[in-house]
Amino acid sequence: MIRLERRAAPSRTMGWLAPLLALLATLIAGVLMFALLGVPVLEALQAFFVDPLSSRYGLAELGVKAAPLIMIGVALSIGFRAQVWNIGAEGQLIVGAIAGGSVALLFHEVDGWFVMPLMALGGILGGMVWAAVPALLRTRFNANEILTSLMLTYVAALLLSYLVSGPLRDPDGFNFPESRLFHDAALLPRWLSGTRLHVGFLIALAIAVAGWVLLTRTLLGFAMQVNGAAPRAGAQTGFNQNHLIWFALLLGGGVAGLAGLFEVAGPIGQLLPSISPGYGFTAIIVAFLGRLHPIGVVFAALIMALSYLGGESAQISLNLPLAVTGVFQGLLLFFLLAADVLIGFRVVIGRTSLVQR
Amino acid sequence: MVADELTNNDVAPGTAAPLVELRGITKAYPGVLANDAVDLTVRSGSVHALLGENGAGKSTLVKVLFGLLQPDAGAISWQGRETRILSPAEARRLGIGMVFQHFSLFESLTVLENIALGMAVDADAVLAGRIVEVSTRYGLPLDPDSAVHTLSVGIRQRIEICRCLLQEPALLIMDEPTSVLTPQEVGELFTTLRRLASEGTAILYISHKLDEIRDLCDEATILRGGKRVASVDPRKQSANHLAASMMGDTVASGALASEAPANKSVANSGDITLVGREPEGRMPALEAGTEPESETGQILRREPRPDARPESPVRLRLKAVSLPATASEAIALHDISLDVHGGEIVGIAGVAGNGQDELMRVIAGEVCLPRAEAVQLDGRGVAHRHAGQRRRLGLGVVPEERLGHAAVPSMTLTENAYLTGHHRRALGRGGFLFRGASRRFATEVIERFDVRCNGAESTAASLSGGNLQKFVVGREILQAPTVLVVAQPTWGVDVGAAGVIHKALRELADSGAAVLVISQDLDELMGLSDRIGAICAGRLSALHTTASVGVREVGLLMGGGALAA
Repeated sequence: MIRLERRAAPSRTMGWLAPLLALLATLIAGVLMFALLGVPVLEALQAFFVDPLSSRYGLAELGVKAAPLIMIGVALSIGFRAQVWNIGAEGQLIVGAIAGGSVALLFHEVDGWFVMPLMALGGILGGMVWAAVPALLRTRFNANEILTSLMLTYVAALLLSYLVSGPLRDPDGFNFPESRLFHDAALLPRWLSGTRLHVGFLIALAIAVAGWVLLTRTLLGFAMQVNGAAPRAGAQTGFNQNHLIWFALLLGGGVAGLAGLFEVAGPIGQLLPSISPGYGFTAIIVAFLGRLHPIGVVFAALIMALSYLGGESAQISLNLPLAVTGVFQGLLLFFLLAADVLIGFRVVIGRTSLVQR
Repeated sequence: MVADELTNNDVAPGTAAPLVELRGITKAYPGVLANDAVDLTVRSGSVHALLGENGAGKSTLVKVLFGLLQPDAGAISWQGRETRILSPAEARRLGIGMVFQHFSLFESLTVLENIALGMAVDADAVLAGRIVEVSTRYGLPLDPDSAVHTLSVGIRQRIEICRCLLQEPALLIMDEPTSVLTPQEVGELFTTLRRLASEGTAILYISHKLDEIRDLCDEATILRGGKRVASVDPRKQSANHLAASMMGDTVASGALASEAPANKSVANSGDITLVGREPEGRMPALEAGTEPESETGQILRREPRPDARPESPVRLRLKAVSLPATASEAIALHDISLDVHGGEIVGIAGVAGNGQDELMRVIAGEVCLPRAEAVQLDGRGVAHRHAGQRRRLGLGVVPEERLGHAAVPSMTLTENAYLTGHHRRALGRGGFLFRGASRRFATEVIERFDVRCNGAESTAASLSGGNLQKFVVGREILQAPTVLVVAQPTWGVDVGAAGVIHKALRELADSGAAVLVISQDLDELMGLSDRIGAICAGRLSALHTTASVGVREVGLLMGGGALAA
């Protein structure tokens, strides 16, 4: 019989090493998978992990993909610390993109410094509104935010699909389900010429630093952590749990909405039926891989961004299905969770329960 | 030394063959050896006490016996045959019944339905008949059709006992059964248990209350630190000797030193915590002796405190506090009014689950009430204000649960010091927290209250119960509260820490603060408080000067009675 027995004191060192071990295990499992598929292993690894990083354009793309992951990953980490499980960042990202993108379309061909800030504001508010629904349901009716936020993601995707095929469709677009291309004042400034890297990446880093300060240096961040670790301890000292739930969800929603706006105002440049390769979901893995620590999240986001690029690169050079990206992300989460379980528990195999003395 | 003497004094009552024999039971948890080669023999028809302090390994041992845990080593023989008890179901099949400290009853179901749930199929009418028959035979009258939520804790325990008795057990295990009972209910329970024993049932009675054990049991096995230290006949031992072997030599010498003149009262008072408080020198009441007409011979008289100051201003006032029962508030509070003056300690006794938690929540501000004047701090209505605002106005709170309520287990002492300390100490500004100041505050608490730990950066969970309790109490007291509310200040705490905490509470009151202590430990309240009352079913009795009442009177209050003026 195999069973798990709680360890007296989980090792802190191992807690920090777990992501590295999980990465290593993912790599080994990936090699096995490639070998079983009959794909030349070294070439596959090269295509997946090296090629994307061997050009200036590739590095810039890494930043492009990492920016939304960092932003959302940091915001989710703070919420997860408070045990507020916002699983619907993807939906908040989409609604943020819709709201911010609508501002861009509303001010079409209007030049002015105010267009972009208004779009950003629209993105933040859009994401917040979408996150406010689970917050309200949770604080008023105690409805589980995991379910409500997740389900709202699909509503958001359908809403976007409806809008780009209807009200926001490009009048000169031959009935393709796309909006107009945003005009220049509604596009994010590029940071490196010749690449798609935009200022969103810098803002993402700033958000990571701000998240770190919030968590480690402020009463609010402390309250979030107390609420997550021992809600009653928070209650007796006057932390209002409902306020913290609202804050966590609005923070996640607002940041995800801003990330969504950055996508449509950055690399994409218009509203499309699909604007995110699942950043909102991948950010959940990023948050845990980064140990719910804002600085850890930055590194985790870079790794996960690489998995997107690697998947594309492997698709191009080796004809591997794009699903490879999903497989790698899934393996990584799987190994990470397994490592976390083994940090907290030890495996006991078939020890006889009654020994004669 | 004392322990050896006791062991040599072994008992072998009669010829009864052992019903169950545990030999060399060893059970380790990560980092703790909960049972270390423990032997235990229980004979049919005897009431066998399993005696030990919190953490001595009593619960682990009975869990092994009841099949809830498998030992790492050791053997169990039942009626002379080697047996492995792999599950509670198997234990029940053998004829072992157990009444747990915490009941497992569905509140919304009737007595009959609750009992039927645990039984093999039986027509309701037949079962109802058997319930009535068994319960009356053993003096535990029960109405099968009453809903459990309408019943008192004492009656609920009867349901659990009756449920066991219907299985006609050869061995009945009772885990600290009296911790939820009023003194009167305890008497009824003992009658039942004696009757059962006289009919040949073996009873394994787990407790740390010495007077009960000396009253009820004919054999006792004493555990300390996971080891069996003695097997004795408790009727032939003084409470002092039992306490000494339970607690180890350090306390034993202290207890024996104070034995000479006050021996009788200490022995009679029974509860071992009294022995430990003695060295504090704050219990003049103990020497006052017993009251002749008392049935139990336990009434303790206190000298009126010269420094009790009822004329000093009221610092904490509850004015007709009512709170309906909800999902989070199991017990409704009815019209509770209470004044605590500066300089005094008021004690609220009561059997667990009679509204103490709810009362704490109302005072602490975890629950807010719309009528501001329902809770007043220094004359200021605060019932509508949340916990943090009340703390800033001078309220200190020590909740009953140390881990998860008073402190965050996974956080460091520095962070836990900040947790409540930030309201009244300069540990931050403008929403930012100062780590250095928090660490200095934590260190101050650690030093002033002799908290044994690896410094301010060790986690709360790594401290022993007593040390964490000292830390939590110290954290509140060093914030110089004007009103301090403490629940179960010494629950599961060793004698030394209990002394430190009691002393600190007294000093805080002497410095002019109002202190309210809510505890189930009646002896603690009798020793600590200037005035005492009891809470029962969400109603608070009138308060009485502690010197004017005895354990029996407070017991009446705990059962919902009132004292003649």
